[in-house]
Amino acid sequence: MHKKHKTRDIIIKEILLIFISVIMIAPIILAITMSFQTRSEVFSFPPKFLPKSLYLGNFLTAIKRVDMVRLMWNSTVMAVVITVGKLITGVLAGYAFSNFRFPGKNLLFMILFFTLFLPAEMVMIVPLFLIMKKLHWINTYFALTVPFLASATNTFLMRQHFLTIPKELEDAATIDGATPIQYLVKILLPLSLPMLGGAAIINFVYAWNMYLWPLIVTTQDRMKTVQVGVKMLFISDAAKNWGVIMAGTVLVAIPTLVVFFLIQNLFIKSLVRSGMKG
Amino acid sequence: MRKNYSIAYILLIPTFIIIISFIYYPAFYTFKLSFHRMAPFGNRVIYVGLKNYIRLFQDPEYILSIKITFWFLLFTVSLGMLLSFLFALLLNEKVPGTRFYRTLIFAPYAISPAIAGTLWAFLLNPVVGHLNYILLKLFGFQVEWLTTRPYAFFSVAFATVWKNLAFGIIFYLAGLQSVPDDLIEAAMIDGANTFRRIVSIILPYLSPITFYLIIMNIISSMFASFGTIDVMTAGGPAGSTSILMYKLFLDAFTYSRTGAAAAQTVILFVFMVIVTIVYFTYGQRSVHYQ
Repeated sequence: MHKKHKTRDIIIKEILLIFISVIMIAPIILAITMSFQTRSEVFSFPPKFLPKSLYLGNFLTAIKRVDMVRLMWNSTVMAVVITVGKLITGVLAGYAFSNFRFPGKNLLFMILFFTLFLPAEMVMIVPLFLIMKKLHWINTYFALTVPFLASATNTFLMRQHFLTIPKELEDAATIDGATPIQYLVKILLPLSLPMLGGAAIINFVYAWNMYLWPLIVTTQDRMKTVQVGVKMLFISDAAKNWGVIMAGTVLVAIPTLVVFFLIQNLFIKSLVRSGMKG
Repeated sequence: MRKNYSIAYILLIPTFIIIISFIYYPAFYTFKLSFHRMAPFGNRVIYVGLKNYIRLFQDPEYILSIKITFWFLLFTVSLGMLLSFLFALLLNEKVPGTRFYRTLIFAPYAISPAIAGTLWAFLLNPVVGHLNYILLKLFGFQVEWLTTRPYAFFSVAFATVWKNLAFGIIFYLAGLQSVPDDLIEAAMIDGANTFRRIVSIILPYLSPITFYLIIMNIISSMFASFGTIDVMTAGGPAGSTSILMYKLFLDAFTYSRTGAAAAQTVILFVFMVIVTIVYFTYGQRSVHYQ
């Protein structure tokens, strides 16, 4: 009797989970199936859930219409530079906060802390844009990357991790004559690779997905990023061939989705760590 | 702890150069700008005192935008929190396949707000959209989702909730793992008042996470949803999806009202400062675990 009860429970939960999963993933799946449909399939009513064949024309049109290759390159440069920059500055500052004592430490920590919840690329767009203009950085990779080369989140993440590494290691290294930088590079960093990897993924996804900032600091098409490219596809197509728009959308979403599917566990673990333990 | 001062300061230089030049300096600069008016062409800057702020609060569009932001935050944050809590409870159950379901449910988190916008604009499209078709077949319901009120507002809000849901689920799941198993089982035994038991037994354990998630959801609804809105409705129709961030964008970059935009920036900045202070005074106190 009790067992029956349990089986019934499991079935109900299973059905609920399937239902929720389908709803959550459906927009992405439907975008993919739409991207392979020919023009006449796209405009047939009722809408088709599966394409007849793997038609690739939409992808070619999307790539040509907004020079997707160039936009992909721009987004890659931006995301890689921001990722590497944030890791380097984060490691250095995190190391200073975790392993050193110095006057003004608490004050500097507070100054950094205060930026934690401030999405500067959103709140500060007006003054930041004027600064970019003064520096003549509009339509350059500098504008796309330099303001985001450091963040409080990364610093705290590194600091938190370095604090978990036994102090005896540092003492031993010091006795052996290692300088603070040698200790960081030869001992601390090799012990932090999974954490660095997780942080790198989160930073990459964040940078790749940025929209508003690239939208305002790039006026020339050759400097735009993929996220802005999707909007360009959206408005450039007067007849709204959704096959083409979805092909572009799929191309832009694939890099972050693939990264996510491949290393989901690391991604989630790092996300939780960066959020919960400032 | 090392006491090598100079090395510590050198290590901090790169981070602080970026923080000072691109967060603190712009904050002060925009504060100054908000008391000035800038000629659209040329560099003439005139001191106007509080005029930018006064005009802002006399601008019916800005007042509308405040109201819309309020409803947008209320709707997206409460619905998002509720759903992510319930979905996390389900995913935390020991039933076959949860790992697979998690992957599917978390996927929207990896895509951008702008992409979320194109996906939902497509699903709701009156001609080609599948969701529009399903709603038509099931309920005989068909509207121009993105161009009529109040449907545009709800379309954008749902897209935002969908995009952000995984974030909440991920944190609630992590939190549920810190709740003792027998407590969860005690709460989940079905019968009368199951839901009340869940609320009274599990929620207190998760209150620090709930608090953190409310703040993060407010931030993402308030700012990151810009991409979704820009693609789906561009703030329309008649400003009904124009949240404060969108209004700021329009004033700054479409209408070139730099003074008004600077005043709006200051207001947003103050809002964020209040949110941060609330988090660190209240949020730190409500920690129940660890």
